[in-house]
Amino acid sequence: MAIVAQTSKFSTYGRPVLAWGVGLLFFFPIFWMVLTSFKTDADAVKPEFLFFFTPTLENYANMTQNYDYWRFATNSVITSVFATLFSLAVGIPAAYAMAFNPSRGTKDVLMWMLSTKMLPAAAVLYPMTFLTKSMGLFDTHFLIIIVLSLINLPIVVWMLFTYFKEIPKDIIEAAKMDGVNTWGEIKEILIPLAWGGIASTALLTFIFCWNEAYWTVRLTTIDAATLSKLIEGNRAPEGLFFGRLSAVSTAAVGPIVVLGWFCQKQLVQGLTFGAVK
Amino acid sequence: MGRIVLKKVTKSFGETQVIPPLDLTIEDGEFAVFVGPSGCGKSTLLRMIAGLEDLTSGDIEIDNEIVTDVPPSKRGLAMVFQSYALYPHMTVRKNIGFPLRMEKLSQSEIDKRVETAATSLNLLDYLDRKPGQLSGGQRQRVAIGRAIVRDPSAFLFDEPLSNLDAALRVGMRLEISEMHERMKTTMIYVTHDQVEAMTMANKIVVLQAGVIEQVGSPLDLYHRPQNLFVAGFIGSPKMNLFSGPEAEKFGAHTIGIRPEHTDVSMTEGAWEGRVGVAEHLGSDTFIHVHETGLTDMFTVRRAGDITVKHGDKIFLTPQTDKIHKFDKNGLRIE
Repeated sequence: MAIVAQTSKFSTYGRPVLAWGVGLLFFFPIFWMVLTSFKTDADAVKPEFLFFFTPTLENYANMTQNYDYWRFATNSVITSVFATLFSLAVGIPAAYAMAFNPSRGTKDVLMWMLSTKMLPAAAVLYPMTFLTKSMGLFDTHFLIIIVLSLINLPIVVWMLFTYFKEIPKDIIEAAKMDGVNTWGEIKEILIPLAWGGIASTALLTFIFCWNEAYWTVRLTTIDAATLSKLIEGNRAPEGLFFGRLSAVSTAAVGPIVVLGWFCQKQLVQGLTFGAVK
Repeated sequence: MGRIVLKKVTKSFGETQVIPPLDLTIEDGEFAVFVGPSGCGKSTLLRMIAGLEDLTSGDIEIDNEIVTDVPPSKRGLAMVFQSYALYPHMTVRKNIGFPLRMEKLSQSEIDKRVETAATSLNLLDYLDRKPGQLSGGQRQRVAIGRAIVRDPSAFLFDEPLSNLDAALRVGMRLEISEMHERMKTTMIYVTHDQVEAMTMANKIVVLQAGVIEQVGSPLDLYHRPQNLFVAGFIGSPKMNLFSGPEAEKFGAHTIGIRPEHTDVSMTEGAWEGRVGVAEHLGSDTFIHVHETGLTDMFTVRRAGDITVKHGDKIFLTPQTDKIHKFDKNGLRIE
């Protein structure tokens, strides 16, 4: 009895407090960043102005006037959208094949794909830089789209594979009997049935692409530079311009936060890998 | 047309051969039932005909054309699955019309044929529902509807009734039989239920461990089982089978006596035993007799009005002309 009483007390009071505590802990840096973006660079470093200060839009004005925020944002949109579409276009057929026509090597292939994520990016930085420069691909949208797709493909295939596995094999076989070819199976049966899973995979991939910084910063200069590059560019050389840096960062994460907010349900489903129905 | 011929067909999963070389012909318009215990390879065989399972060797012919390497979608067969396998995201109308849409028929033609199929299956009121809103029996009807709309050369049924409750099963069994009478299309039906096999088939194929034990009409199998396996498998309650001196009296290693081919008396007879359980079904009574010295339990089927109770002494006499005799290898002796 004592245990039951304790558990219920925890779930009534303890759990919400804990949840809010963890939530605030995660939220605070973002909150701080947004707050700082409305401070002048001078105010930003003064502890006494942490919460109480005179807000200003100076940083935002500065950003659009001096840095051409919209060009960076457009590049982010272009590369993230196309990288997401491309990785789905490759990932859906791949996951389909592995889920419904597995061979003896399927499990190994899945593991092998994941193992590519274990390779430290720094290890291939120089080959990548030289290679892309000599091929004339450096600082192009095409390169960034390909790189972002390849980085995300393992996770895309894994997620889609997990969703596709939940579709009964009989349904796919029934479609075969009903005269459907492979493309028809994907278009008529697989995509409609796994729509939720595909959408959450797409969303996560999009977020990963949007936030990717290692490669986008190093393989671009101007033409294909994304918002990550913009943040990076506002960092070190000119000293501690926290207000401006915060404004740039806020403007960079803003679109993705809004997108995430509207797709919360899909995201949670995606992150739990289809366990929640 | 739907004449299906299997020629030296084999199937192995890795090292394990589940179907040793097998030959079988199913004539056009036949209702063939593959029956056998679970794991006997009957579903695998059906899936090989469907094209859902590759052959390890051998060939399959449909209407004199070798289809071994033809994909399932091009074989012109329709299949009804045990799990129904309906498309959950489509309405009943879309489900039934799906194969026609894949054939790229005109919408008006599709609508017409869907209506016809739905009418014959009593599904008209449910056409705009999704499969999730239907009962098991209705779902099975939709699955059948999806199979009949496109006039296949043969229907394949993979244990279609085993997810239904007993009453519904009997009803659907009759419906499928009537459908066959009406359409005269070849049907291949897989089941482990020998009652379904007996009641529906023109031709029963009894399988065990991937090997065909016997092929024949239901009554043929019932009256002339070729071996002990078929003798024991076909018929409910099971045939009484025993070996020993009593069997040798009839010049056989093993003899089999069907429950209904045994006369009983409370006073005299060939063998004496004691009543275990008497199951009164109303029309029939199944008496399970112990302590006969022949077999652990000897089952007798008598008319419903017989009154015996647990522990009664009872005498059994076989109808000698109905005794099935088998040799040492379990094969029938004529």
